[in-house]
Amino acid sequence: MYRPRDHRIVAGVAAGLARHLGVPVLAVRITLVVLLGFNALGLLLYAAYWAVLPQEARNQEVPARRDLGALMPFAAIGMGVILLQAQLFEDQGATTAGWMIAVIAVGAGVIWHQSDPSRRDAQSENLASTPWFTAMVSETDRRSFVFRFIGGGILVAVGIIGVVAVYSPTDSFSAVFNGVIFAFVGLLGVGVVVAPLVWRTFGQLRAEREGRIREQERAELAAMIHDQVLHTLALIQRNSTDIKEVQRLARGQERSLRNWLYKPTASPTERFAAALEQAAAEVEDTYAITVETVVVGDTQCDERVAALVAAGREALVNAARHAGVQTVSLYAEVEEDELSVFVRDRGAGFDLSGVADTRHGVRGSIIGRMQRHGGRAEIRSAPGDGTEVRLMLPVSRESVTAGKESVR
Amino acid sequence: MSEPVTEPEARRLNVFLVDDHAMFRAGVRAELGVHVDVVGEASTVSEAISRIAAVQPDVVLLDVHMPDGGGRAVLESVRRSHPQVKFLALSVSDAAEDVIGLIRAGARGYVTKTISPDELAAAVRRVADGDAVFSPRLAGFVLDAFASRPDVPVADPELDQLTNREREVLRLLARGYAYKEIAKELFISIKTVETHVSNVLRKLQMSNRYELSRWAADRRLV
Repeated sequence: MYRPRDHRIVAGVAAGLARHLGVPVLAVRITLVVLLGFNALGLLLYAAYWAVLPQEARNQEVPARRDLGALMPFAAIGMGVILLQAQLFEDQGATTAGWMIAVIAVGAGVIWHQSDPSRRDAQSENLASTPWFTAMVSETDRRSFVFRFIGGGILVAVGIIGVVAVYSPTDSFSAVFNGVIFAFVGLLGVGVVVAPLVWRTFGQLRAEREGRIREQERAELAAMIHDQVLHTLALIQRNSTDIKEVQRLARGQERSLRNWLYKPTASPTERFAAALEQAAAEVEDTYAITVETVVVGDTQCDERVAALVAAGREALVNAARHAGVQTVSLYAEVEEDELSVFVRDRGAGFDLSGVADTRHGVRGSIIGRMQRHGGRAEIRSAPGDGTEVRLMLPVSRESVTAGKESVR
Repeated sequence: MSEPVTEPEARRLNVFLVDDHAMFRAGVRAELGVHVDVVGEASTVSEAISRIAAVQPDVVLLDVHMPDGGGRAVLESVRRSHPQVKFLALSVSDAAEDVIGLIRAGARGYVTKTISPDELAAAVRRVADGDAVFSPRLAGFVLDAFASRPDVPVADPELDQLTNREREVLRLLARGYAYKEIAKELFISIKTVETHVSNVLRKLQMSNRYELSRWAADRRLV
């Protein structure tokens, strides 16, 4: 049995009851309203159910808007019943007292009813001694919390004062006024007593959360070092005679540590810089060379940008395979109207006119690919002077952002 | 920047090492000993400050991350009392905030610890001669930091912007060109390339705080 989030007018009590009992919601509402006449029994019942019934779990649908206009007929019926009761019974005192008790009940219900049970459970472990308090501080929506607390407090106070006023022997207005002042002073006293506790508990909660976050980070770091660094070091010890392999291992480990320590992770399928860095890393691992990667700016990846990255990767592979050097430079820049990628090595170099037409690496994968996607590629090379591949891809202004900060 | 210095040196340079890893200091000392005189070492910030003041070396090779304050504290303290001592940052970190932070504090260059001994010797020589040492990566960071943002009001536009020529030089540096090749590519002399690079370094060190703090904030560095 629970209160639904949709199909409700005030808090969903009537709808919940109706669903549980299998009767039309209208009948429940009318019954509650009619019971209103009998010393406000309807209101009492409503408040009690409101405080006790849990709310239905939140689902993804947008809840139906509450239509306060739908309350009008029930209000009218309730007024009628009350008037009728006032006509039939002369005992006004008892009726008023019933109303006041109902107001108290509603106030208490408002304070208590809605603190999310799951959240209360999660918090109450920390503060088993003061679960009522935990229920209140666990509210995330502070404004609704304050509103509800103040509103509920006023309702309770008014109810108590009303009861006192009705039964007070002097029956004078000034006594009621004094009662109000005393009630206010009493509330103030409670506030003074509770405030330091509230403050201290907030501090404890905050400290504990920070500690937990730190602990988690430490555990993550330890796991990473264990999984990667220690294993790589073990591999290096076992392969210490194979210099190429040691270099490859050390390079890969250095890169992954650097990424982990300094770089926010971005998806290579979404960001230009991340895609280029991944391509460079693959070439580094495959061909055991160092790619000195510098990327200025960043942008969103799309099909054309991916083609540019692929062409850049091909240029890196060519340099790794044919230049005979240990280091290749990869520089990319995102400008307002153009993306450019430069791959340079200081290796053997070659005579571009001497490359056979059947070789697809340069013509198909680099020049042809860039042309198909509306870009251009230039290759500058001379035997003995190294090679530079320049890739340019014009882009529209909207798809480019100026700096790396757009990653976040 | 990768050209080893080959001409006979008039005077061997005095170099001071600051690094909290003794192993690394020993390695650098062995590698550099061929080219320069390593006149002292320090492993902590306070030790470095007092020893550098006593020895007054030409160039200090400075680690960025140390337990008690880091290279930046050494740099700021020594520069106040001995402005003629030049600093070359030598760090395992190539994170933008470390690089830019040290350059802003007054280091004449920044190289990572994976640099080859020859290149390191050349970098020390260049710093001692008053030039700036720009790795491709540093050039990339600077280009990033000075990326044109037309909407940002600039206090001193003269100082706070790179000229087109400086930008071109930085781009070529980032693309892996040596100074000699840049000079050939842009039809200017090597001396002019060096001047441009030194100007960029000066701008980086002196450009207004607003712009660079914004840059740092964008990258969640502050």
